[in-house]
Amino acid sequence: MAEAAAPMLEVRDLEVHFPLRGSFAGRLVGRSSGVVKAVDGVSFELAKGEVLGVVGESGSGKTTLGRALLRLVDPTSGSIILEGRDVTRLGDRAVRMLRREMQMVFQDPHASLNPAMTIETAVGHPLRIHGITNDRGEIRQRVSAVLERVGLAPPEQYLGKYPGDLSGGQKQRAVLARAVILGPGLLVADEPVSMLDMSVRAKILELMLGLKRDLDLTYLYITHDLATAKFFCNRVAIMYLGRIVEIGDTAEIFANPRHPYTASLLKAIPDPDPARTIPRDLPRGEIPDAAQPPLGCRFHPRCPRAFEVCGWESRDLRDLLELRWAGAGEDRFESERGTLGDLEPLDEPSTHVRVPAAGGRSGADVAEMLDRVRADQPGEPFWTGVRSIDPSGTDAALEFHDPLDPALRPVGDVHVACHLYDEALLPVRSSLAE
Amino acid sequence: MSESPVLELRDLRVWYGSPRGAVKAVDGVSLHIGAGEVLGLVGESGCGKSTLGRGIMGLLPDGAVMDGEVRLSGENIVGLSGRRLRQMRGAEIGLIFQEPMTRLNPLMRIEDHFRETLKTHEPGLQKAEIRRRSLEALGGMGIPPTRFRNYPHEFSGGMRQRIMIALALVLRPRLVIADEPTTALDVLVEAQILGILADLKRNFGTSLLLITHNLGIVAEACDRVAVMYAGQVAEEGDARTVFGSPAHPYTRDLLRSVISLRTTGLHYIPGAPPSLIDPPSGCRFHPRCSNAMAVCADRDPVEMRAQSGQRVRCWLHGPETQIPAGGHDPLAREEIAVAEEA
Repeated sequence: MAEAAAPMLEVRDLEVHFPLRGSFAGRLVGRSSGVVKAVDGVSFELAKGEVLGVVGESGSGKTTLGRALLRLVDPTSGSIILEGRDVTRLGDRAVRMLRREMQMVFQDPHASLNPAMTIETAVGHPLRIHGITNDRGEIRQRVSAVLERVGLAPPEQYLGKYPGDLSGGQKQRAVLARAVILGPGLLVADEPVSMLDMSVRAKILELMLGLKRDLDLTYLYITHDLATAKFFCNRVAIMYLGRIVEIGDTAEIFANPRHPYTASLLKAIPDPDPARTIPRDLPRGEIPDAAQPPLGCRFHPRCPRAFEVCGWESRDLRDLLELRWAGAGEDRFESERGTLGDLEPLDEPSTHVRVPAAGGRSGADVAEMLDRVRADQPGEPFWTGVRSIDPSGTDAALEFHDPLDPALRPVGDVHVACHLYDEALLPVRSSLAE
Repeated sequence: MSESPVLELRDLRVWYGSPRGAVKAVDGVSLHIGAGEVLGLVGESGCGKSTLGRGIMGLLPDGAVMDGEVRLSGENIVGLSGRRLRQMRGAEIGLIFQEPMTRLNPLMRIEDHFRETLKTHEPGLQKAEIRRRSLEALGGMGIPPTRFRNYPHEFSGGMRQRIMIALALVLRPRLVIADEPTTALDVLVEAQILGILADLKRNFGTSLLLITHNLGIVAEACDRVAVMYAGQVAEEGDARTVFGSPAHPYTRDLLRSVISLRTTGLHYIPGAPPSLIDPPSGCRFHPRCSNAMAVCADRDPVEMRAQSGQRVRCWLHGPETQIPAGGHDPLAREEIAVAEEA
């Protein structure tokens, strides 16, 4: 990416953490119940005129990221530089001024418009709020012009209507009209087409491309939908659990996805190609709790190519056993579960864990059972992370490899946060990762 | 098909009352699903696909009127008493909805959901047998026995949907109706659930009616597909045939408007689906159809077989004998405004 000029937007190490409330009693005694790291160290640049896609599943932090840029939530740390100006710590007044330059479009057009306001009032509202004009004639004229621009033409037909009179696509056009009426340079669009019918999505995306061209806009396009991102964006950033795991030119990322998460997302998109069948070799499970993210790489519990140092830990053992018991008959479940004592110790993230034996069973029984499970699962990446199993009297101590947290590093023309691309780790990598 | 279909709809109509007149949400639909078959029902919002699903289950709201036949293993359930319907629901038809949390009782453990379901439909069942059947159904969906006594809120969205599926399957119904079962889920979890649904037929011989707006899902999971438009089936047939060589212009345009990884240009269907109170005359798609002919605005299309084998209601496929002189002339159409859309 050739960026001669300074980027329009520069985000550095942005973190947005939300404190967890916890119980009333807990708060009385001042016990902290932890934080959710919704955005946890995100950096990227956005050049003028560019469309950057931020792609992720629910819980990836993509929406919080967008809201933080608009200062709809306050960043915990890091910086947001808009056209050379640090907007991270602006006061309320200055934040309002900021919104002349940066606007947001939300997913749900029904919720974005006040049902009691006519389209004219709603779309003209920013002009009043920002003190641009209070003159009714001028407001009507400017609203009409922008309605025409977003395809709500002839505008006289729409000025007096209420949101309830409009279809979903028409509402989103009105929302776009309101977003551009102040002439912002940057638009953060959070899933602008996901609530619309398939046959309308293309029209709204086409409108957004037209607006970008005519009004010289720059977009941050937040979505869970890789297909629209591929069509719409110059670059994409793939997010997972508060981090960017891969970022680069759209064409390169889609042609050659490097992060196993990106690769599996691409494989999972349903496609109306009659020759396609349901992909079976997909990551198991779902995005884990952001309040207690996995150790090491946050994707490792679901990653088919994870290896020794990716962050295997106690909680992964519990998940592995439960998944096994779900598929097994009652007999095997009773016998294996009966060997183990309380599984609670496994819920605390740790690379050293003592797996207790049930009453009347010994640590050796536990170790023997775990060895049997391991032998049953030759392709299971979890076992690469287990350094040793040491039985003692009433439990078996499991030791895992030290977890490493992958940083974004350049690989080819993109940046990827994955240990598979760290050559220094080649010697410790098991063959399963290939 | 040699044996009788698990589900057969004959000329089904569902009308709602509204202040502006009767809403003909489903207007003369005939379909069938054979044993172990997966039928996809697709269309834009407001085409009547969810109403059709609810009509089959007898879950229509008060004020809706249903006419025609819904034959479940041969028995017509239109007009059956509420009691008999409740017996059939669950035992013969299983239901899976979009948002599982609205169907699971937050105050009941998973175990209790299963016990209640099994006790209601099979009152004689012993405790141990209830447990065995429940764990077997849950295990098949990847829910471990250790979570049997948990509450719904302790599960993730994908696991809740798996629990819903297990709950529908524990009664071993012959037919499962899934209404947008993956719409609230992320793409990886969606693919997991689709895999499970597609396995139903292999593992249990269950038939499935999959209602969705997502054409990609249908292509991957269904044997046959029915495309609905304005309360009617526009086209129905083998999923690969319909998606590979669509016979109805609506199907073709709908497929073209899907944004997929292969999309290089944007396509859309002009205009919006019509009002179901006062639908257009003739073919209901004619005001939006780029192939519309004079006959399309005047006469209801007749069901025909396309050359590739699917059923289609479109004058492009004839019958020629019923098209009057001049009927093939291109239809002079009113211009559709840009923002005339859904």
